[in-house]
Amino acid sequence: MKCGIVVFPGSNCDHDVYHVLGHVLEQETVFLWHQKTSLDGCELIVLPGGFSYGDYLRAGSMAAHSPIMAAVRRHAEAGGRVLGICNGFQMLLEAGLLPGAMRRNRDLRFLSVDVHLRVERDDLVYCSGYRRGEVLRMPIAHAEGNYVDTDEALDDLEQSGQVVFRYVDSEGNLASGANLNGSKRSIAGVCSAEGNVLGLMPHPERCAEALLGNGDGLALLTGAVRVGRGAELPAAVGG
Amino acid sequence: MTAPSSLAGEPVVDARLASEHGLTTEEYGGLCDLLGRVPTYTELGIASALYSEHCSYKSSKIHLRRFPTRSRRVVHGPGENAGVVEIGHGWVAAFKMESHNHPSFIEPYQGAATGVGGILRDVFTMGARPIACLDSLRFGNIDGERGARMRHLVDGVVRGIGDYGNCVGIPTVGGETGFHSSYNGNILVNAFALGVCRRERIFTAVASGAGNPILYAGSRTGRDGIHGATMASEAFDSESEAKRPTVQVGDPFTEKVLLEASLEAMRSGVVLGVQDMGAAGLTSSCFEMAARGSAGVELDLDLVPLREASLTPYEIMLSESQERMVFVTQRGQEGTVASILARWGLQARTIGRVTEDGRARLAFRGRTVADMPVEPLVDGAPVYDRPARPPADLARRQEDVRPEVPDDPLGALKRLLGTPELGDKEWIFRQYDSTVRSNTIVGPGSDAAVLRLKGTPSALALTSDVNPSYCWLDPRLGGRQAVAEAVRNLATVGAEPVGMTNCLNFGSPENPEIAWQLRECISGMADACRAFDVPVISGNVSLYNETEGEAVRPTPTVAMVGVIDELMEMGVEGELNRLLGCGFWRPGDRVLLLGRSGDEFGGSAYQRLLYGVEAGRPPSVDLGGEAALCGLLRRARRSGWLSACHDLAEGGLIVALAECAMPWGLGMRGSFDGGPLSLFSEGQGRAIVTASPARVEEVLASAEALGVAASDIGEVGGDRIVLGFDGGAVDGSVDELRRIWTEALPRAVG
Repeated sequence: MKCGIVVFPGSNCDHDVYHVLGHVLEQETVFLWHQKTSLDGCELIVLPGGFSYGDYLRAGSMAAHSPIMAAVRRHAEAGGRVLGICNGFQMLLEAGLLPGAMRRNRDLRFLSVDVHLRVERDDLVYCSGYRRGEVLRMPIAHAEGNYVDTDEALDDLEQSGQVVFRYVDSEGNLASGANLNGSKRSIAGVCSAEGNVLGLMPHPERCAEALLGNGDGLALLTGAVRVGRGAELPAAVGG
Repeated sequence: MTAPSSLAGEPVVDARLASEHGLTTEEYGGLCDLLGRVPTYTELGIASALYSEHCSYKSSKIHLRRFPTRSRRVVHGPGENAGVVEIGHGWVAAFKMESHNHPSFIEPYQGAATGVGGILRDVFTMGARPIACLDSLRFGNIDGERGARMRHLVDGVVRGIGDYGNCVGIPTVGGETGFHSSYNGNILVNAFALGVCRRERIFTAVASGAGNPILYAGSRTGRDGIHGATMASEAFDSESEAKRPTVQVGDPFTEKVLLEASLEAMRSGVVLGVQDMGAAGLTSSCFEMAARGSAGVELDLDLVPLREASLTPYEIMLSESQERMVFVTQRGQEGTVASILARWGLQARTIGRVTEDGRARLAFRGRTVADMPVEPLVDGAPVYDRPARPPADLARRQEDVRPEVPDDPLGALKRLLGTPELGDKEWIFRQYDSTVRSNTIVGPGSDAAVLRLKGTPSALALTSDVNPSYCWLDPRLGGRQAVAEAVRNLATVGAEPVGMTNCLNFGSPENPEIAWQLRECISGMADACRAFDVPVISGNVSLYNETEGEAVRPTPTVAMVGVIDELMEMGVEGELNRLLGCGFWRPGDRVLLLGRSGDEFGGSAYQRLLYGVEAGRPPSVDLGGEAALCGLLRRARRSGWLSACHDLAEGGLIVALAECAMPWGLGMRGSFDGGPLSLFSEGQGRAIVTASPARVEEVLASAEALGVAASDIGEVGGDRIVLGFDGGAVDGSVDELRRIWTEALPRAVG
């Protein structure tokens, strides 16, 4: 599957995602400059981690207004796959492609640690390599990952099954000690109603090779480039 | 052009003004002789920056010559922005360590942040992409009410390093943090960065080719950091607070785009030389580039992009505004570089050209404000052989103080693990992104970090070390120990050292006792470098780390880089991150102690942290024995025999065993042939290794063949550390030890 990784000024996980998609999964992968207005036929669009525009305003807020984002929006609305990781997730929130917002981490410090995640959906193409309830280990590295929304909106999000990953302890249980950034309802990743747009704070691309001691993230990226349809994905997606 | 002159309103230049700029009467006289006239105000500013210790190494040069700087791998030794060594498969590593002590004490967040920024630029100006940072930090007392300011400094420094490195996207994979009252008035912030690049793509900072344009790129020039280099070459006094404006302000986002744009520009083929504007800003970058190319420069200061129009030439030349670079390109190719920079949202402007007459000529509003010979100012800066003598109280320092035998060795262990000095440093390194760039196999908190080198079967290992107490008690031995421990740390992961950099942090060299410390530390380091065949390829000297006569402990921080040629020789792919670490993780493994155990307590953590005694002779360092141990460790690693390895350092055997047990919460049971005090001895040249029972014979036989003492002291397993010794046993819960250890630092920093 042709994959496009959008490069914003300040993106710094672009090379890491490229390495996994291009070298480990051997997909045709290109970088897409943020000033482009077309996606060059890419089927999977990745908004990578980093500090786009320094995150000097709100994380992801400037990038969300880049020229390429109009094309990304059209792609998403047509059912195309868009994966936002860390800063990319923040951009998807700022662009309104996913619901919710981010605040500074609970203790107002940058957090670089491994966390445990529980997979809440296994009917998405992204999660096709996981089982529901499975516990994964992934690194997080962010200062603004404290997911927030109104109670009402969060209820809706849960009801429509858009919570894809939650921070849990190693046994898979919700615990405030496992939800280090203070996210509402321990939310680590959410998807669009149609399931084609996914955003998450943890970094699957940093744990996709056994050599680095953790391969838990590989299945997510493998799923992202899986040809065909996930059970919940509309017919327009995949292929 | 007209003869150079000061501008209206500028101070009159005389010996008194020169003295205020840190120049001695002799230095000022020499400058007047060199120019054949009284310098202009701008020229005085330039000379004072170039003659500062920070730029000229005038008090340390004579000693630095002792370091070996060559090996078959060295591509560029000291003198470039960063040293460069070959690491195999056509790749080279560029690395350097630099201090940002003075600014970090005055303004911790910006001081530390810009320290990281500066060292990253040193690396990428060589054409290398930075892939890792280390940070070596020393703070004063953080306890109680009097520690409040120090806790603020810890917090600011850690945030500053984190926010800068995290934003640029370079992982901080290791380092060290120590606490000692001698740093109450002067903290140390030493930042290391390493980049990699193909051998043929290395760049140097040379201005060459008369007529070639000089481009200014990056942030505009403002008033921040004026006289930073001079400030970093002075001791602190009660006025230091007023120097806050001399601290630069960092912008990591601009650094990140400057990094990408510079690397792209360098790949374009039209760039001839690159230099960042670090200490002493435009002054040092232009003078040093010209000196390396035996060329001259002509700059029109009216063309320098400014933050405010009112900057004087003096300020323009001495500003240390961050995230600025100078490029020399082929004539007519300015546009190529400018358009690459513009794509990244950066401004580039031609501000001058290279000349062939060896002079630096600066114009401002149609007048010449400086016209100085380059080479005599850069390479001909004064060199001092300062008087040196051992401290008057050295004999008393070295008097042996017999340590008390612990009644309760487990209690002593708990107290040690509960100090910020030996406690877990996770509170610090969890604020640093350690996994970005997806190369980190072993990250912070281990003896050495291990990074895979994508596209090759190899890996790099990085470590930093120094024991300031040892250096204070016996600087030569301390210097030797710092190098030996770094080599040992690399050997624990099976890496062969390929190069070293350092930050020499001392008090005022004008004090003969400090000059002696400096000389002795360097001698000890140089001896060890020769013994291990490790070249020193870059480095930095930070003197005048003293406040009102109180100097810091001599702190010659060593950062060393090693290469693992074939990562997969060491074990199964999925287990490498665990087995290259120091933690016990496989029940049933045997625990072996390698190296000879002798009782060494001079400067030990046991004496210092539990009894407040910092005295005696530091542990002896047998360079031959160390080399044999390291050879054994590397062989055992390459043979895939080891499942974990940890060197013995502060706190001795029992602390090392606890450090092995805590990471994965897995204990051990065994016995040790020695008394309770020996558990805490800091005898050097020792390591703990674990191996499956089937491999023990091979390790022991290999140890015997290499003449390394080795004994089987127990088995990995359970949730307790149970270690018998002559006359008793330590029996402690790993969970409890881990709780004490992990809470130590967060509690102390409050």
